[in-house]
Amino acid sequence: MSPRAAWRLESLGFGEVYEYRGGKLDWMAAGLPTEGTNAKRPRAGSLARADVPTCRLDERLGDIRDRAREQGWDAAVVINSERVVLGLLRAKELDLDPDQQVSQAMRPAPSTFRPYVLAEEMAAYMRDHERVSVVITTSDGRLVGLLRKEDVGA
Amino acid sequence: MPAEIDRNELRRLVEAGAQLVEVLPEEEYAEDHLPKAISIPLGRLDDEASTTLDTNRPVIVYCWDIA
Repeated sequence: MSPRAAWRLESLGFGEVYEYRGGKLDWMAAGLPTEGTNAKRPRAGSLARADVPTCRLDERLGDIRDRAREQGWDAAVVINSERVVLGLLRAKELDLDPDQQVSQAMRPAPSTFRPYVLAEEMAAYMRDHERVSVVITTSDGRLVGLLRKEDVGA
Repeated sequence: MPAEIDRNELRRLVEAGAQLVEVLPEEEYAEDHLPKAISIPLGRLDDEASTTLDTNRPVIVYCWDIA
């Protein structure tokens, strides 16, 4: 649709026409703000807990478990130096052999959701799929935070 | 030929005064649109472009994604 619009504007005499091909999807997936009636409704990105503990692949599982639980968490997100999500440690994984590396214990490639998804949509998904928490990332895979079911009233 | 831009270029151009136009249906614009965007649904572009937009200033169009 936007290529047609851009070409049409040129033919109407506009000298400098640009086309943002990523569009609204790209903008919102990057967690950037919008305006409109939905803009005021709560979304996954604003409700997700950005203070979720994070760790690296080569750390010792027992160290992460202790650190997470000291902070009152039963989960940790595995990221790289660019904050790209590589895995998730839930309660079940945190309780595995503490001497192994995070990379061996983690649940790799957890399903992730974009920040613009409305809270009520996330709540329905988490109820239907019996999920306690889901990872929220930008479109390029960077961690926004962990959304827990109580954050969306699920 | 219209130039393709990414979101960083979009922000720079809008700050520099470019006109930003969402060409999706009005209802979709009402729910969510980029800051500073105006709504001209594709079907009304021919009629409204010359009255609503300044032909001498840069203009950026977008929709949901490329489709």
